[in-house]
Amino acid sequence: MNIINIEHIAKIYQVGLEEVQALRDVSLRIDKNEYVAIMGPSGSGKSTLMNMLGCLDTPTRGKYEFNGVNVSEMTDNDLARIRNKEIGFVFQTFNLLPRSDALHNVELPLIYAGIPYGERRERAKKALVDVGLADRIDHKPNELSGGQRQRVAVARALVTSPSIILADEPTGNLDSKTGEEIMQLFNELHEKGNTIILVTHEEYIAEHAARIIRLKDGLVEKDEAVTKRQIPKSSSAVAP
Amino acid sequence: MRYILFEFKEGLLIAFRALRANKVRTSLTMLGIFIGITVVVLMSTAIKGIDNSFQDGISALGSDVLYVDKWAWFSNEDWWRLRNRRSIDMADYEKFKELARLPLAIAPVINARQTVKFGERRVESVFLNGSNADYVKTTNFTFDQGRFYNEVESNASRQVAVIGSEVATKLFPRGDALDKTIKIGGANFKIVGVLSEQGSFILGPFNPDNQVFIPIGTIFKNFVARHRGTITINVRAPSPAMVEETKAEAEGVMRKVRGLKHDEENDFSINQQEGLMENYNSVVGVIQIAGLFITGLSLFVGAIGIMNIMFVSVRERTKEIGIRKAIGAKRRTILTQFLLESSAICLLGGIAGLVAAILGSMALNQYFPTSIQPQAAIIAIGVSALTGILSGFAPAFTAAKLDPVDSLRYE
Repeated sequence: MNIINIEHIAKIYQVGLEEVQALRDVSLRIDKNEYVAIMGPSGSGKSTLMNMLGCLDTPTRGKYEFNGVNVSEMTDNDLARIRNKEIGFVFQTFNLLPRSDALHNVELPLIYAGIPYGERRERAKKALVDVGLADRIDHKPNELSGGQRQRVAVARALVTSPSIILADEPTGNLDSKTGEEIMQLFNELHEKGNTIILVTHEEYIAEHAARIIRLKDGLVEKDEAVTKRQIPKSSSAVAP
Repeated sequence: MRYILFEFKEGLLIAFRALRANKVRTSLTMLGIFIGITVVVLMSTAIKGIDNSFQDGISALGSDVLYVDKWAWFSNEDWWRLRNRRSIDMADYEKFKELARLPLAIAPVINARQTVKFGERRVESVFLNGSNADYVKTTNFTFDQGRFYNEVESNASRQVAVIGSEVATKLFPRGDALDKTIKIGGANFKIVGVLSEQGSFILGPFNPDNQVFIPIGTIFKNFVARHRGTITINVRAPSPAMVEETKAEAEGVMRKVRGLKHDEENDFSINQQEGLMENYNSVVGVIQIAGLFITGLSLFVGAIGIMNIMFVSVRERTKEIGIRKAIGAKRRTILTQFLLESSAICLLGGIAGLVAAILGSMALNQYFPTSIQPQAAIIAIGVSALTGILSGFAPAFTAAKLDPVDSLRYE
């Protein structure tokens, strides 16, 4: 059953008088509970593809079906609703609200989803417990380490029970040990049934996934299963 | 409907969080509206206070009283021509009194200014009102102590006096004025009555509170030579409705008294409180508009300040807006949030300004009559909220239209 069905999408930007083809002709399908990594050098179009997948932007040409619905021509408001309910973002720079505590950061998508106070506080708390931050609920981002901030971001991504989790260089700003912990977290999320899409330029990180799609110059160069997956060293960083 | 309320409430909470997160900037922004509202409300309470005071004072003069005088209160005529008019004397008064049928009361009045002393205390340059026992019937005076001087005392030109409440307070702080003897000019006068406060800050020396009332004969005897002064004849109409009729009769009678031929102009004027009122209203009207305009300007400047700050705030929070959009905030959610932020700033600033203005009015009341009206409060709040919405709209709209992809990339 596929969640994502992309057919011949292209994205062309006007930069002054020139046309920049960020994506030229990309087609791919991603099924439920897959763990996919998208790789490519700078300029390959992987950020653009990620923006498409995350419904942050719409393609210039082609069709994007998300859970069977054509989102390529949706209005801004409809896209916002999909982002809210179906997509969980995890960014390289965490992108938390700096002046709000962890709980408020995690409950924010639920506020935008119209969930009332009591229920959303419970769900946000649970999401934080699930990523192992039960004792950091009222901390602000500047009172948390890099790894903890990324966990808050993951909790936020999970809180609406989205169809996919979209992570853009999630370990880019972390040291290797903490990065490893986060990859362990993703592994567990995958095992619990989530669909995970990772965008990275690091081979080592990409090999944690089950499938790697490689982009070059706005086209899919290779799309193959990973033969020797990286298994993150097991740690007790996460609640069972 | 429920969803709109939910969005509104959540938007308000998020807005307050944002304001609290940046207290310094929020307070400084609020300052503009705060000052604007304080100034506007203070100005309107002061103007209303003076207005009330003046109206009270003018009412004290009596809307049903006419003042027949050589001088005109308001006139386009040459001052010289007025000056050259023959003075009005007691003989004119006596004849007038004989002939006029309609008036409720008629009294002759002549004025002088003297220093009034009691023991160590003195009041300089007090307005003396010299008249007869009928004078009190042309006023609405009320008494704190004693009574007005009577016909016997007046006819005999006894040196008795009725003093106004301010004069009484200054000479007799313990309130024991009755039956005491004061010195007016160099002459002794016994106090037979003390007026209660008639109240009008505006009329100054013309305020009965600052006057002393003595029989007219004593003025001629001590202060003003009979032939030097001119008398004003105070005429009280039976009712305010009959003022015009009484005025017409008075004019006819006075013309006869003065021996004027039918083609000769009046050599006297009949003055009314109404003229004063009109004059005052037009002056106050102008002051009010000018005052409101100037203070409104300060409010306008405050609003511009808010718009400016909100634009800066939006620019600074571009990344935050991108994050919110990525998580699923719709355009109208962002619009609402920022609109509520600017409205909250203005509303808080407005309420603070209102409180400050009320406190200021109370403080100012010691020097100056002020009158706090509930309408001013409602208008102040309303204007603040409106300012917030209007000045916040353009920045909020800019925020709502930001592209999430670009915003996320903003450093």
